[in-house]
Amino acid sequence: MDIIKERRNQVVKAGAEGTLALACEKKSTAGSVSQRACVFCGSRVVLYPITDALHLIHGPIGCAAYTWDIRGSLSSGKEIYRLSFTTDLHEKEVVFGGEKKLYQALVELIDKHEPKAAFVYSTCIVGVIGDDVEAICRKVSAEKGIDVLPVMSEGFNGTKKDGYKVACEALDKLVGTDNISEVPDYSINILGDFNLAGELWILTEYYKKMGVNINATITGDGRVDDIRKAHKAGLNVVQCSGSMMHLAKLMKEKYDVPFMKVSYFGIEDMSDALYEVARFFKSDELFAKAKELVKSELHDLIPALQKYREELEGKKAAIYVGGAFKAISLVKALRLIGVKTVVVGSQTGNKEDYEQLKELCDEGTIIVDDSNPNELSQFVKETNSDIFIGGVKERPIAHKMGLGFCDHNHERKEPLAGYEGMLNFAKEIYATAMSPVWQFTRKGAKRQ
Amino acid sequence: MTKPLIETKAFTATRNACKLCAPLGASMAFKGIQGCVPIIHGSQGCSTYVRRYLISHFKEPVDIASSNFSEESTIFGGGPNLKKTLENVGNQYKPVSIGISTTCLSETIGDDVPHILKEFRNEIPELASVGIAHAATPSYCGTHVDGFHQAVVSIINQLAGTAEKNEKIVLLPGLLSPADYRYLKEIFDDLGIEATFVPDLSETLDNPHWDEYKRIPDGGTTPEELMQLGGAKCYLQFGEVLNSGMVANAVKKKNINTPGAALENKFGMPGATIGLPFGINATDRMFEIIEKMTGKTISEKYEKERGRLVDAYTDGHKYVFGKRAVIYGEEDFVIGLTEFLTEIGVEPVIIASGGESNHFRDALKSRIHSKHDPHIMKGADFEDIAEVCRQVKPDIMIGHSKGYYIARELEIPLIRVGFPIHDRLGGQRVLHVGYEGAHRLFENIANALIEYKQEHSPVGYKYM
Repeated sequence: MDIIKERRNQVVKAGAEGTLALACEKKSTAGSVSQRACVFCGSRVVLYPITDALHLIHGPIGCAAYTWDIRGSLSSGKEIYRLSFTTDLHEKEVVFGGEKKLYQALVELIDKHEPKAAFVYSTCIVGVIGDDVEAICRKVSAEKGIDVLPVMSEGFNGTKKDGYKVACEALDKLVGTDNISEVPDYSINILGDFNLAGELWILTEYYKKMGVNINATITGDGRVDDIRKAHKAGLNVVQCSGSMMHLAKLMKEKYDVPFMKVSYFGIEDMSDALYEVARFFKSDELFAKAKELVKSELHDLIPALQKYREELEGKKAAIYVGGAFKAISLVKALRLIGVKTVVVGSQTGNKEDYEQLKELCDEGTIIVDDSNPNELSQFVKETNSDIFIGGVKERPIAHKMGLGFCDHNHERKEPLAGYEGMLNFAKEIYATAMSPVWQFTRKGAKRQ
Repeated sequence: MTKPLIETKAFTATRNACKLCAPLGASMAFKGIQGCVPIIHGSQGCSTYVRRYLISHFKEPVDIASSNFSEESTIFGGGPNLKKTLENVGNQYKPVSIGISTTCLSETIGDDVPHILKEFRNEIPELASVGIAHAATPSYCGTHVDGFHQAVVSIINQLAGTAEKNEKIVLLPGLLSPADYRYLKEIFDDLGIEATFVPDLSETLDNPHWDEYKRIPDGGTTPEELMQLGGAKCYLQFGEVLNSGMVANAVKKKNINTPGAALENKFGMPGATIGLPFGINATDRMFEIIEKMTGKTISEKYEKERGRLVDAYTDGHKYVFGKRAVIYGEEDFVIGLTEFLTEIGVEPVIIASGGESNHFRDALKSRIHSKHDPHIMKGADFEDIAEVCRQVKPDIMIGHSKGYYIARELEIPLIRVGFPIHDRLGGQRVLHVGYEGAHRLFENIANALIEYKQEHSPVGYKYM
């Protein structure tokens, strides 16, 4: 296969050849056409769903324009987060500095929108022209009496994953600032669910039915005041561990809040996410209720899935998503409906994630870190995949090659988490795999 | 036109931008050159965001490489990364050419791209046959349209060659849809005149389904066409504002060449620059110039198209007359739409662009009906537009997807045109130019207004 020299150790196969460790957690190779974005992107996507905060991007127009309303994160309250604010730096500010403009922009927006807190994202150029973003944030914070938090997310300063870390550090400054509120027993924080298509609301419903109290959701349908008292929860339940593990670890160190990794995709992982919480609190009552809930959810779900499984059995899927932990769940969820994973990769997975994937996947499955269109198209061809699961940038690759495609991206409109989400997932895989349009894309299907 | 130009935003911050950055436009233009792979010289996010934005509109693979700046390259210069990028792109894609656009980052640290390229040529002689164009497109100057034209200028200056004088015509259509490009090409095919489109987006960003995956999509201006560009008889350029936004807010005045001026300077090629051919009047003017340039008469096919369009105008005129419209988007695009809407009797009440050139209002003057008095907004963002909208209570909005939230709030129809169209299929196939484009736009607008009335009627009528 034609893979750039520098990237050859970022591709392995599960099974016999999989003894080699996969190289990961490194900067993308220049010119590789990586599907990743930058540090700023990492911070922006993580903090974006905090609904009652003001998000101001300090930089030229592009960084803000390309991330306006970029995620399908829903809010049950304020909508400030869906507005795109930027200092829109011009040449004048690049030469003479942008601090004045930043100050003015912040003050006006805070007066107008009265947010609970403000996040100020620093972009590439701000790092170069040397604006003291932290000082401006302190000044405005003192004047306006709200937290104004600098997010030092200069795009060149690492990878998207480093951006997650920067976002977690900004969140860490909010956590622990409310010591007055009391929280009930069996309280958890949900970390790393972003309420895409209302997924968070499905999960919180499950936990509430079990008798678990939701303290803070970070960051899906997020509220600044909830994050302030996040340290009072008994447990951090962390999904999308790539993005939020850093915050969980910081909270463990500082406030001794334990954490556990979970996933809400697929029956197995979803059920474990409920049982594990009950086990953690050592409560028979919680456990019994979780069992009851799972039983009642599966009662209708299993027969419904069976129908799809019969049709989909033997199909082959390629997965390329942002986080590897999600990829692991997807491999399992696909198995439930008879679909075999033949390619799996992620933008930001770590060693542990990839080792787990190697264990989990069938022999010969291609496992890849930080891939690109040239590689993905070769993998799909070599494995003769039927379906691709990915995001916006993978979609046209799949379609041009005549593959079905399932959107597991930021802006999805169908919830794919929880039991309800599993059914949606099966429906979407079914819809794309069974469409009659593929009769026209098959090789040699040209009009004779 | 009595209302003062609105050019100061209500807020220091830009709120919901009505523009994009220059490297996006430049990459789009480079995508219209056959065998060309664009590179954005900056952080990884610049290329990925631009790809994502373009893919969501064109629904095509759009590969753009990044030189992937690190902290080290920011301090010591991006030369080594750019060279590595060129090498990897060269080996992976086997491109005919590469188009580099710079970013705020590489421009601010002062990377000398011509010098880096010179070194690269010496260090990697194996890639000597790959043509390389580079455009200075810092995202703090101008908008994506400026970036587009800057890239075309760089293609002309750096990749085009001289040839013996011939009868060819160079078309510089600017940022239009692949469907527009195809329509324009057909005009010249029908006339039997060879025209070179720079760039040529007719295929590259709207490819048919493939049997085999292609690293570089088919289509685009060919290297042969570029090599012989200088021999063409004349050029025809669309747009009046063009890339003048690049200097609008510059600290030091720089000379900006339009693509047409670049042809004049380099090859002494004469030519004409006209507004975007939206509507009958503008299309008539375009055909008149084409006839003059080629000495040929356009075929009956277009006369019939025009006749059918006039027929459609008469059938539908009263459904659109006096309707109050908001038009927003790129300056030249908006100027073209204003002329079209005015000729069908729609009253523009807000004409807005995120662009900041100093030609917007002047170019609009001759196109607005003497009885109309729209709010003209320069350097506007969507929140500014929304605020004026709430006061003037328009009937319809015409522009790209990003104004949807305002149309939703006002509960009025939005006619999706231009770029980007992210919330519908077929954005790449919206036809705007010529009689046919005007015909489709006219019927879309009239039908949207008819539907609006029908939906809001207490009676479910079946005739208009």
